[in-house]
Amino acid sequence: MARLVVLGGGVAGHTAATFAADWLGKEHEVVVVTPNSKWNWIPSNIWVGVGGMTKEDVTFDLAPVYEKAGITYKQAKAVSINPEGNGSTDKSFVTIEFTGQGKAGQSEEITFDYLINATGPKLNFGATPGLGEGSNLGEFTVSVCTADHADHAAHELKKVMDKMRKGERQKILVGTGHGMCTCQGAAFEYIFNIEHEIRKAGLRDMADIQWISNESFMGDFGMGGLHMKVGGYVVSSRIFTESLFAERGVNYITGAHVNKVEKGKVTYELLDGSIGEETFDFSMLIPPFAGVGLKAYNKAGEDITDTVFAPNGFMKVDANYTPKPYEEWKASDWPRTYQNPTYKNLFAAGIAFAPPHIISKPMKSPNGTMINPTPPRTGMPSGIMGKAVAHSVCDLIKHGPSAHLHEASMAEMGAACVASAGKGWLDGQAAAMTVYPVVPDFDKYPGTGRDTDYTFGEIGLAGHWIKHILHYLFIYKAKLKPFWKVIPE
Amino acid sequence: MAVKEEEFNFAKNDKFNTAMIPGKFARAMRTCKIWQFIRFVIINIKMIIVVGKSH
Ligand SMILES: Cc1cc2nc3c(=O)[nH]c(=O)nc-3n(C[C@H](O)[C@H](O)[C@H](O)COP(=O)(O)OP(=O)(O)OC[C@H]3O[C@@H](n4cnc5c(N)ncnc54)[C@H](O)[C@@H]3O)c2cc1C
Repeated sequence: MARLVVLGGGVAGHTAATFAADWLGKEHEVVVVTPNSKWNWIPSNIWVGVGGMTKEDVTFDLAPVYEKAGITYKQAKAVSINPEGNGSTDKSFVTIEFTGQGKAGQSEEITFDYLINATGPKLNFGATPGLGEGSNLGEFTVSVCTADHADHAAHELKKVMDKMRKGERQKILVGTGHGMCTCQGAAFEYIFNIEHEIRKAGLRDMADIQWISNESFMGDFGMGGLHMKVGGYVVSSRIFTESLFAERGVNYITGAHVNKVEKGKVTYELLDGSIGEETFDFSMLIPPFAGVGLKAYNKAGEDITDTVFAPNGFMKVDANYTPKPYEEWKASDWPRTYQNPTYKNLFAAGIAFAPPHIISKPMKSPNGTMINPTPPRTGMPSGIMGKAVAHSVCDLIKHGPSAHLHEASMAEMGAACVASAGKGWLDGQAAAMTVYPVVPDFDKYPGTGRDTDYTFGEIGLAGHWIKHILHYLFIYKAKLKPFWKVIPE
Repeated sequence: MAVKEEEFNFAKNDKFNTAMIPGKFARAMRTCKIWQFIRFVIINIKMIIVVGKSH
């Protein structure tokens, strides 16, 4: 009997664990280690953050789902990995620390044959003074990264809207809280959902809404932007993004590294080296992401964290990490199997793997400050990676170490993404987009780096319907209800 | 002559002035239920093709 341990029960980990349990059956064991008792459909946190959904609408208890799937569930966080075992065992093991199940604070070592690291991001609020401490949100801004954060954001937003009702003009600032953030899409959704709610409430004239982003141009989204075929033209995402901001009257600052947050004020450095300030009454700034800080030790107990993990804390996989200039970046630098090059029984999926480099053009201010988005690893690619990695591990368990590994390169897969711009079955809107491939391949698609037959985007009510239906569909799938396997990632 | 509502934002700042802002018809089509139902079907087909190519 073999044991697969999956670290993290988010999009990638939950997909990997549930498929692996299904494919492996009762002969082998799948263990999930994840610190939260609930699963969260993160994209709908945006709607929680404007009071359009509740925390309960976007979460459900994991324990009954894992029981139904025959998965051993440990409500705990992984602390360290010993891929070679230690002085008393040759078997690989992971050390975990419980956060629930009546054992909070207790440690346990779990041996494994294979491990999938799908621990997602550490929300690194502490990287910007005033934005927070470590992975904890500070007191001056709100966040929508977790369901609890979003619930808190909705309460704060309501207070600001109440002030507008009393005739007090309010300033709203949304965007990225550091020069190296990713996930601009989430901030984009939040700012337009706020604008939509404020307009619906008849308060639009009482709000100044301001966007601040580390992207060097609007519509970069950490992917270097994208080009779509529209009305016979091939057009940059910049045109569409600027259009929406102008239409909705939302001002924007780009190329900004927020370096300090205070009560009602942020300070930032721009790509031209100048320093600016923005005031706010309500602000949601996305934190930068880092790895969750797992350690690794060899058999002798020596720290080998820098062998297994990149300096940003994400796990090294089969990517080409050789540093090289932007002009020499290739689609083939991106990993295909997500297997750790040193320890073949370790895999990573979703945000937890270390990308070879960013996707957008690297940018630096004259003061030497790096200001560029880091690569997004959105839901669909994370799910596809989780499934591919689970497939590989199942084949390794069933057919031995020479089994073929399954591949899911972000330079060969597309992503469908629906960015909400306001909720409502009759008056909602969302930008429905597909991009193919996620990582541009300029050798295969000279010019735009992508296949413009499969890269498109449009905004409208239809996009909102799709986004809302996906909310129900993915929660249905994650609960492993009948036919869950036929719903694509 | 009164400013058309959808053209009002052009004058707000230089960035908006050089942007492409949808007019009344384009905006109305975005929430026109019949047109959006047709777009819903088309977008779904396009997305299913991309999802299919990616798995
Ligand atoms: C507000 C918001 C909106 C978004 N909207 C969209 C969208 O519309 N479409 C889209 O495609 N993507 C969207 N994304 C991105 C999407 O949520 C991520 O791509 C996806 O969640 C990544 O999956 P993951 O499994 O890598 O990480 P996660 O889903 O974050 O899962 C990581 C899991 O690991 C657990 N974990 C953390 N530390 C440990 C540890 N030490 N040991 C064990 N477990 C640990 C966490 O608790 C979590 O359960 C959005 C993100 C945000 C923040």
